[in-house]
Order: sequence, then C-alpha cells, then structure tokens
Amino acid sequence: MISDDLVVATPRGLYCTAGDFYIDPWQPVERAVITHAHGDHLRGGSSRYYLARPGEGVARIRLPKDAFVASLEYGEQHTFDRVRISLHPAGHILGSSQVRIEHDGCVWVVSGDYKREFDPTCAPFEVLACNVFISEATFALPAYRWSSTPIVAREIFDWWNSNREKGFVSVLFAYALGKAQRILAELATLTNEAVYVHGAVASLVEAYREAGVTMLPTFPATVVSAKNFAGALVLAPPSAAGSPWMRRFGECRTGFCSGWMRVRGNRRRRGYDRGFVLSDHADWPGLLRTIRETHAGRVLLTHGYTDAMCRYLQEQGVAATALRTEYGAEN
Amino acid sequence: MRLFANLFETLDTTTSTHAKIDAMVDYFRGADPADAAWAVYILIGRRLKRSVGPSLLHTWLIEEAGLPGWLVEETYGSIGDLAETVALLVTPDPPAPPDGRGSTSSELRLRDWFHERILLLPSLDLEEKRRLIVGWWRSLPYRECFLVNKLLTGSLRVGVSRVLVTRALAELFDQPRTHVERALIGAWDPTPEFWGAMMRDESSTDSTHPYPFFLASPLEGPIGALGPRKDWLAEWKWDGIRGQIVRRAGQCTLWSRGEEIITDRFPEIVAAAAALPDGIVLDGEVLAWRDDRVLPFAQLQQRIGRRKLTQKILKEIPARFKAYDILEWDAEDWRNRPLQERRAQLQSVLTSLASKQIDISVGLREDSWEALAVLRESARTQGVEGLMLKAWDSPYGTGRQRGAWWKWKIAPFVFDGVLLYAAPGHGRRSNLYTDYTFGVWHGEVLVPVAKAYSGLTDDEIRTLDKWIRSHTREKFGNVRSVEPVHVFELAFEGIARSPRHKSGIALRFPRIKLWRTDKRAVEADTLGNLQAVLEQLQRDVR
Ligand SMILES: [Zn+2]
Ligand SMILES: [Zn+2]
Repeated sequence: MISDDLVVATPRGLYCTAGDFYIDPWQPVERAVITHAHGDHLRGGSSRYYLARPGEGVARIRLPKDAFVASLEYGEQHTFDRVRISLHPAGHILGSSQVRIEHDGCVWVVSGDYKREFDPTCAPFEVLACNVFISEATFALPAYRWSSTPIVAREIFDWWNSNREKGFVSVLFAYALGKAQRILAELATLTNEAVYVHGAVASLVEAYREAGVTMLPTFPATVVSAKNFAGALVLAPPSAAGSPWMRRFGECRTGFCSGWMRVRGNRRRRGYDRGFVLSDHADWPGLLRTIRETHAGRVLLTHGYTDAMCRYLQEQGVAATALRTEYGAEN
Repeated sequence: MRLFANLFETLDTTTSTHAKIDAMVDYFRGADPADAAWAVYILIGRRLKRSVGPSLLHTWLIEEAGLPGWLVEETYGSIGDLAETVALLVTPDPPAPPDGRGSTSSELRLRDWFHERILLLPSLDLEEKRRLIVGWWRSLPYRECFLVNKLLTGSLRVGVSRVLVTRALAELFDQPRTHVERALIGAWDPTPEFWGAMMRDESSTDSTHPYPFFLASPLEGPIGALGPRKDWLAEWKWDGIRGQIVRRAGQCTLWSRGEEIITDRFPEIVAAAAALPDGIVLDGEVLAWRDDRVLPFAQLQQRIGRRKLTQKILKEIPARFKAYDILEWDAEDWRNRPLQERRAQLQSVLTSLASKQIDISVGLREDSWEALAVLRESARTQGVEGLMLKAWDSPYGTGRQRGAWWKWKIAPFVFDGVLLYAAPGHGRRSNLYTDYTFGVWHGEVLVPVAKAYSGLTDDEIRTLDKWIRSHTREKFGNVRSVEPVHVFELAFEGIARSPRHKSGIALRFPRIKLWRTDKRAVEADTLGNLQAVLEQLQRDVR
C-alpha cells in the first residue's frame, strides 16, 4: 500500500520517506534520529545517530565507542533532503526529545516517551503545535493517574527512615537510566545523605552529574566501600532483585518505583515490600491534555494501551489510529 | 481506618514473614482496643455479611466514573478487581498516593467505620445506600476506598495467614502462641472486652469453645524414612468434614474446621453425643454413611446445601462421626498426653457409648509399610482419600506442625483438557487472567468440565495471560472465551454425576498439573473417557 504519510511504520522502525531517515529504529539503518537512550528506543548498529545534545553523554554509554553521533541543540533546525527536523524536550529523561518534522508546510511530531510532571533532571516537555502527533500510550487507561512527585518522594524518604530505625537496609529498585537519577534529585530536597548505587546505576549517575544535574552524593554499593549497609538506602535496577548481589545487604526491605505500582496486582506480584508510584511516562490525564494542546487533527499511538486510547479519542472526534511498533520494554 | 489501611497494604504487598509480623505488632501496639479487636477479626478472615452486592457497585461505578461505559469495563478488565477499579477511577483528582497520606477524610476510626457506617447499611433503602457509599468513594483516598469496598462486598482476602496473626499477637502480649490460638478460635465478637481478655490471657471463653485443630502435612519422602511401622498409627484418611464434638456443661456443640457451629446440621450425631459424659471433646470426621459404607463427599455437600433437613434427606443421606482423637476428658485438657494414651481413652469412651453415629476411626492392622502401601492402592474403592499416619508418642499440636502427623494420599486421576474460558484471578493475580475453564470433546464440540486456578508458574501465567488477551473470541463481563488451542493435563480427586452441569459430571478439586504444549486440541480427552472413570468408580463402590 502506498501512503502519503510523512512517517510510516516499517519493519525496521518509524520511517520518514521524504527525508530518508528513521526514528528510534529497532534494526540497523543508515540515519537514525533518536528520541532518548532507553533500550527500546536506542539500539546499536546504525551508521549515524542524531540526538539532543543533553542526551549525548548517556547515549554514548549505551552505544559502541566508534558510533557516529551528531548532537543537536533543542530547537536547532537540521535538514534531511527537503525535510526540516528539530528536537524538543519531552520531559521523559535527560536529553529526551520529541522529533518535529516539517515538509511541504505539514508538521508531524513524534513524541517518543514523555511526561508532563516536573522533573529536576531534565528540561520540561514543550508543547508543539502540529498536524499529526505520534504519541506514546504506555499508561493510556484512566486508572493511571499520578500523584504529585514531592508526595511520592516524601513516601520514599519516610520508608527509608522507618527501615533505618529498625536497622534494615532499604533497597529501592528503579530503572537505571532516568528513574534512579530522578529519585536521587528529588530526595536531595529532603536530605543530603549519601545513597549506595548498583554498578549499572553508577555510570549513568556520573553522566547526569557531568550534565550538571544536582543529586544526592552516591557511593558504589560494593562490599569494600561499606563495612555495614545497615540503615542505608541502596538504588538498584530491577534485574538485581533476587540475584546473589543482594546477599551483601543482609536484612533488608525492598521497594520498587514504577507507574505500574499504581495497580495492586502488580504491587503484589512483584513481591517487593513496597511499591512507589513514580513514572516517567504521561498518565491518562497527561496524555489527553497533551493531545489536546498539540491541536493535532490526527493522532497515531505507539506502545501500551493503544486500542482503548484510540477508541476514546475517536469518540471525542479525533482521528486516531494505532501504529505497530516494538517499543515498550524499558530498560 | 488510615492506619489499618496502611497495615493492610504492607501485609498485601510484602512477601517477607518478618515484615508482616513487624507491621502487625506495630499496628496493634498503637491501636485502641476497639480498633484492634476489629483488626484481628478482619485479619484472621472472619467475614461480615455483605452489605451490598458487587453488581450494584458495578452499576454505580459506571454512573459515577464520568467515562464511557466500555472504557470502565476495559479498565476493570485490566485491573481485574472491582473494589480496586472503583478506588482507581472515582477517587478525587489528583489522587492521593496509594499510601493514603495527604488526605484528611479518613480519620474515622476502624471501629467507627463498622459501628457508625457499615453495620448500619442493611437498614437503609437503596437510594440512601447509594448516596452514602458514593460519598465515601469521593472522599476517601485510594487505599481506604479499596478497603471499604472490600468490606462492603464481604470479599476481603488478606495476605496473611492465621498463624502469622497468632505469632504477632503472641509476640505483642508475650504469651505462648497456643494461648492466643485458643482465644481466637470459636465464636467471639470484636469488642474491646475481647481484646482486653486476650491481652490479660484470661480468654476463659464459654463452655462451647473448641480446641485449635491439628493438621497433617502431605508425606513427601519415602515411607520407610518414618522408621519402624509399629511407632505409627495408620488410619483411613476420610473425605468428609473435619469436626469437633464439644460436650460440656450439659450442652453439646459440633464445630467444623472452618470454625462454624454445625450442630443444627447433624441432629443424629448430636443426639448420640448427648450420651457422652460431660467435660469431653472429640476430634473426628463428619461423614455421610449408608448401608455400612461411606458415601461420596458430594452427597454430604448436598445435605449441607439443603436449607431444611427433611426426614427424607435424613434417611437418604445419614451422617456419622468417625472419631480420631480425644482432646479433653473429665474436663481436663489431654492434648499433651501421647497419642497412645489418648487413643486408649477414646476407645474405652466409645465402647461404653456403643453408638453407630459416633464410633472410632479404626487403626489399620497391616503391620508393614509394604502391606500398608498395598492397602493404600485400594483407598479409592473404599471411598477414602488415602491414609493418615500419626506417631504414637505425639501430642495433639496446633495448626500444621510437621513431623508427627502425615497424610499419605492416593495419586489423583488425570485427563487432558482444552482451555475454553478465562477470567481474572483474585488478590495477587487480580489483573491477570488466571481462572481457567477447561473442556473435553463431546462429538465435535468441547464441553466445559472443570474450573482450575492453581498449578502454573508465574512465567506460564504471564505467557498465557498475554495469549488470552490477543486470542479472545468473545467477552462476557470479565470472562473471555478463547480459541481452543491450549491443552493442559488436569488432576482431580473424585467425580460425580451432576445434572446441574452441561457435561453431566462434576469433578472434585480439579487443578492444573502441566501445560501440554506438545499436544494439540484434537488430542485432548473426551467426555466418554471421564464417564468411563465415573462408571468404573461406581462399579468399585458396589
Ligand atoms: Zn523511555
Ligand atoms: Zn518507550
């Protein structure tokens, strides 16, 4: 089927025919415009990567040493053939972008992952007027509504303190890129104590510090760096849960930070002692508000509960369809 | 209410036994006696009569959510639990965090929630009920809203066992666990007086009070590992209702293991018990018994299901009490004496009682493990579930303490069924499709024969859940019919005719043994195969 659409879903990823480039492709391509460095959006093997300057540091950690990376300032114009593109903050993690694509007077915006809540580790989401908006829909059910971040940060801090009173280590699991740094930055408003971090988190924390993000001081959670972890807070990626790495902490309580923790079944099934509802994705009201604010006449949806969101938008008079992508598994 | 909701969340989420006990001790330490008594009541799984049905809540939710009906259903389908869906969709915007902090509307105490709100609901008319309940939804933070809905519908399951509650209370009061266990069993009301009496360890309780039941563990290792045969009492494992006859102060009470008084349900047993001497407690099994043999459990169930016990039922399905043990004799607690001594006493009591309605569950004479193993093979034709093995020197413990009592069950029946329907699970699995219905072939069609929940690993459940969502044929409420593709090996304990079921048969305790990914749907069993099992069984019984 021949399509006039500026961006189409192909087996390799979202593709802009007129400009001959891909956005977050899941197979190696010639030119890849990258919204952010999460594993489901940034994959190795492409010849040239284009991404936002603040995200270059973390992207380099996740790409082979010799990868070609061109970084653009937020808002800076770049031309592929007759197509003009620019990157704009998505508020998801450090350096995350929406991709604005303009061709023959028509504007498409690819959101990548985004959120509307304030996040001290990255530039806030910028609303872009467009004709077509390709939005993520990870949490596109009305059950998903976020509480304000300072309240959640306070919950985490209280939990840490109550564990500390009993002499337990608090091990908090969070995605190594983005969420972990956001927690460290949010907690910095409540304390100035140091936090231990898993190796997978440490290098990314370093990259955030180099980009000028203020966070709590951190130490590697190695046995030599601490004789005794009692009372400490430890940040680790979810993959460390239940691994032999955990043995060093002795008696500990575990917590998990994720938007999925909004739902009881998920809190219980994961088997952590506590679930904290903290997400780097837009919640249901956030998605609706954003779609409204872009004034897009057409909306295409990627990841998550795309079907429910589609039908809801259609009933509201917005032309909405789901796009098949391979996004979704964050990490 | 807020404090209890926070406790509930911890118990619900954590898998650590220590964390659960800590959380309970912390809660009880700070709680007012009236609240604490209600908390114990809920935690050990006592239920109030439901004050409003789930279908009403469902209707009100759709009216109140301010969303298209299909979207509410879609969300419910994804969450899998009505009480929680309400809490997620109707709580104020922006929601208070699941923690419940940051809201002031839930300061009403747990006791008052019952006495000033929930217990008053039954006397109100529908409109008034609706007004109140919707008002609570709109003012409560997530956790409390969820909890209140669960209490209203009488469907709260807490992620904590009775044993853990007992341990927490024993730690709190610095009492032996057996004292706490004793206080919690039987009938009591959640009052400050009850709490006080338990705390002072003077739960003298009334004269109908039963003892906590001692439970056997499944035998896993080789039978020979138990040591010499002569150290063990072997009995049939009867398949009825475990019960206690409490005969004190001229009164006789029959208790079920579920701690229900079932005295009214079995007048013939109670009449026989009236001839027992006062100050005696017997442990045993209530069985349906006719023409000198035990009837299948399904018949006993049928009798319990009848609202009125007619002469006809009493004649068709007579009941008996097979006594296992004597726990009290001459108003003295005998539980710490060795089984040998208790059985001798039991034998002498029952010999002088000389009643058919209450007799002893005889010890099996086979004097080697080999001979017992052979006998066990015949268990099914005897209408029993297998054998019980009890150490002659063992005291009568509480709960499930391993080592002294073992159940040695016969291997279950198995068949291959095809997955037909799926519904969301409960509790830990409420947002996954984990309640399955399986069918077998009857000619060209698959007829449903069994519902099963347990038996798959978490990984298998996740895989299957994903598959179910993308291979749904039709939705009926939160049940989905799926393409008949997946074959599972199912085990069951018994089979009976049942005109109420489309298949004409009912299976007892069906469960999943194995996901047969190597089999295709056409290779599943037929209804004829299951009917053959039923007929074989009936021949054996005759
Ligand atoms: Zn992402
Ligand atoms: Zn993503």
